[in-house]
Amino acid sequence: MKLLSKKVKCNAHGQDSSYFLGWQEYEKNPYNEVRNPRGIIQMGLAENQLSFDLLESWLAQNPDAVGFKKNGESILKELALHQDYRGLPAFKNALAEFMEEIRGNKVRLKSENLVLTAGATSANETLMFCLADPGNAFLLPTPYYPGFDRDLRWRTEIQIVPIQCNSSNGFRITGSALEEAYKEAERRNLKVKGVLVTNPSNPLGITLSLHELNLLVNFIEAKGIHLISDEIYSGLVFNSPDFVSVMEVLMNKNYMNTQIWNQIHIVYSLSKDLGIPGFRVGAIYSNDKEVVSAATKMSSFGLVSSQTQYLLSAMLSDKKFTKTYVSENRKRLKHRQEMLIRGLRNAGIRCLESNAGLFCWVDMRHLLSSNTFEAEMEIWKKIIYEVGLNISPGSSCHCAEPGWFRVCFANMSEETLNCAMQRIKVFVNSECKTNVNGSNRNQFWNKNSRRKSLANWVFGQSFHDYKYER
Amino acid sequence: MAFLSKIATNNGHGENSSYFDGWKAYDSDPFHPTKNIHGVIQMGLAENQLCFGVIQEWVENNPKASICTPQGSNGFKDISNYQDYHGLPEFRNSVARFMEKVRGNKVKFNPDRIVMSGGATGAHETLAFCLADPGEAFLVPTPYYPGYDRDLRWRTGIQLLPVVCESSNEFMLTREALEDAYEEAQKANIKVKGLILNNPSNPLGTVMDRDTLRDAMSFITEKNIHLICDEIYSGTVFNEPGFISIAEIAEEGAVCKNRDLIHIVYSLSKDLGFPGFRVGIIYSYNDAVVNCARKMSSFGLVSTQTQHLIASMLSDDVFVEKFLDESAKRLAERHSLFFRGLAKVGIESLKGNAGLYCWIDLRRLLKEPTFEAEMELWHLIIGEVKLNVSPGASFHCSEPGWFRACFANMDDETLRIALRRIHKFVIQKTGSDQPTRREQYKRSKLEISLSFRRLDEFTMTPRTLASPHSMTSPLVRART
Repeated sequence: MKLLSKKVKCNAHGQDSSYFLGWQEYEKNPYNEVRNPRGIIQMGLAENQLSFDLLESWLAQNPDAVGFKKNGESILKELALHQDYRGLPAFKNALAEFMEEIRGNKVRLKSENLVLTAGATSANETLMFCLADPGNAFLLPTPYYPGFDRDLRWRTEIQIVPIQCNSSNGFRITGSALEEAYKEAERRNLKVKGVLVTNPSNPLGITLSLHELNLLVNFIEAKGIHLISDEIYSGLVFNSPDFVSVMEVLMNKNYMNTQIWNQIHIVYSLSKDLGIPGFRVGAIYSNDKEVVSAATKMSSFGLVSSQTQYLLSAMLSDKKFTKTYVSENRKRLKHRQEMLIRGLRNAGIRCLESNAGLFCWVDMRHLLSSNTFEAEMEIWKKIIYEVGLNISPGSSCHCAEPGWFRVCFANMSEETLNCAMQRIKVFVNSECKTNVNGSNRNQFWNKNSRRKSLANWVFGQSFHDYKYER
Repeated sequence: MAFLSKIATNNGHGENSSYFDGWKAYDSDPFHPTKNIHGVIQMGLAENQLCFGVIQEWVENNPKASICTPQGSNGFKDISNYQDYHGLPEFRNSVARFMEKVRGNKVKFNPDRIVMSGGATGAHETLAFCLADPGEAFLVPTPYYPGYDRDLRWRTGIQLLPVVCESSNEFMLTREALEDAYEEAQKANIKVKGLILNNPSNPLGTVMDRDTLRDAMSFITEKNIHLICDEIYSGTVFNEPGFISIAEIAEEGAVCKNRDLIHIVYSLSKDLGFPGFRVGIIYSYNDAVVNCARKMSSFGLVSTQTQHLIASMLSDDVFVEKFLDESAKRLAERHSLFFRGLAKVGIESLKGNAGLYCWIDLRRLLKEPTFEAEMELWHLIIGEVKLNVSPGASFHCSEPGWFRACFANMDDETLRIALRRIHKFVIQKTGSDQPTRREQYKRSKLEISLSFRRLDEFTMTPRTLASPHSMTSPLVRART
């Protein structure tokens, strides 16, 4: 008798994806400016490490928030015992207001419509459990965050059907792509329960346009299905156009208290905006009382630590701080993004024009030996093992076209980013030299002295220190 | 029309059970020593509130553990940024060491086998996802913690099949009961994937002896099914006999032939009294399960802020020893106060030595030995005695008349008030506070007709309890 469940043995956890394999390679040989300057630079991790100093200084001025104290009195007992899945009221209020602030105060969000979860990972899975049965499907625009394969499908047994977006129009969602995806689901005999979008998009780094949002709202209304808007990067929009939440679109169309008002759900988290992924703070926002009720009960499987809720309720209630933080954080992100774009441009590499997030969607199609995903993998492996950068290949994000990569810029120091840019430049130059000399790319990459000397030149050490194809 | 899922709309969350009427009554009329002295006393919540003073003192003397004090704010970035599902190494190490200490250092735990989860609630669900497919079943001895119905079944589609334990042998688990349950499953064509043990037991408050554990081990080995041992109350053992963990039996080569079948669930919610911090642990001897559960832990990781605090606290050996001693002492005292208080009016309880509650025998107060009578008695206790205790039916007990009453979630004075109310109630019902066995029998007939009249008055009086639908669900605690 087979001893373990099917879920243990299947691959739906998604960890065999190149997205995660790159991380593993990084972990074996992580870059450190001083201790391991030839190591792999991590550019595959969408983390916001730019504004910790702001958080630390707030904490230093507010020791009660972390010392389990309120007005100098210990509330340790109260917090330690608080396992109410409705969450600390002060925290939910503060979170709802923070979310409103990020949306330019153009929407009103009620704290009783919020469900706290252990990160957006848990929020997305919980929504799937609430909205769909095993075997049902959700439509997702490609490219999308690789973690969705696990979060949405693994334990829920829900299917993802892609809404194919491509570079011809900047990867924007179109009406025909939506319809095509729906038909594809029908062909596969799958009942579609909803659409899930990430706005701002991961990996594209762009905010959805009003046109796209209207398309989506009309589409789900016509089909009678749900729309989940994962707005985890909503606080990280650093250029125009401004962020527009789907909630705002509904309000502008006067859809409050209509059926469709209950079909739209938002996922949020503080992991990106505040840069605190370790604290596991996620949330579902829904106007549908039944969804809130069911999701709240399910949140028992992954509540937010009351210790953390308390700290963050204090922090987010400090409006002066949040305003300063959000604006300063955006400034630093913008600066960082510009650094990356400049560095890439120097190497003759372009990116999709973006205004949000912690990464750029980089166009390396011209570096491929052929317009195939195999060629994309080849380049990717070179970039990891020879250039020493962990970036995420578009195929891991289910991109329909080979040659695109997601490159993160906010999880390292400026010096490290500069180092990464230099490496890329060197790499691209050598690729160009190869082309100019007319050598066949495959020949170049067979183990020969030219390759050895490139490795030596770039990294200044013996060829044998590098392992390939681990 | 955008409908919700079957899971979202079925009753698998378990919150519509009449069990929660007591919670609702408490929520609408909570006892307070000064503001509401006649309110309902909460005795349905298995929380450990006895040692916060000890912990508070430690927290105040160790500001670095809170990472973000002026002394420790430069640790903030590394902690808040760390989302590795392996967990902070110091957290895993300290939890492994703590689990060893709780077991008298008789076993060793490998920190690499420690997997985090969203409380024991999350741990159970994750193990169910790892070990069984929808439609398959776990066996679980009755009476058992009501939350298992949700945790193990709701989103997983797994079934729970009872292994009936009876008062005639103090609800001890027998090999015969295990075999019976397994056979019934076979007959019904249900594939059994495992057995769940809760040791120390909720609601019984007793520990399993070595023979029973060995028996269980040989049973699961023979059937080649998993053994999940929920040891969430392992640190609340306050009297002899001591606690024997399944980890000890797992090290007995003669009995345990396949350690791949053994998994332990743990949490800091009961031993330390930290349910709000959501620290759940899966410890498995099976590499594939550790691997898979770890990936699944992404859905319920412990906040690194909390991991850091716990790591600091539990690696302070002096504190841990002091805490475990003090906690056992206070639990013993509290238990004794309650146990003796009940005995004074002839109420017997199962002789327990662990946990945060007593398993009380109120069979002689039943109108008749039925679950309907148990419900009636229970509503009486809530409505008139104003105590929220938990009826045995909600724990799937096979015999009516047993109730679980918690004693560690209040102060001494509140417990005394609860006991006074119980005394008054029993005396009124039985006409005496010290019935002999024979008198009990006679009186029970008289008392039946008396109580029947009282119940009639009770049921005929218009009640003003809020309708269940107007209350927010009482299962707001993750675990009761």
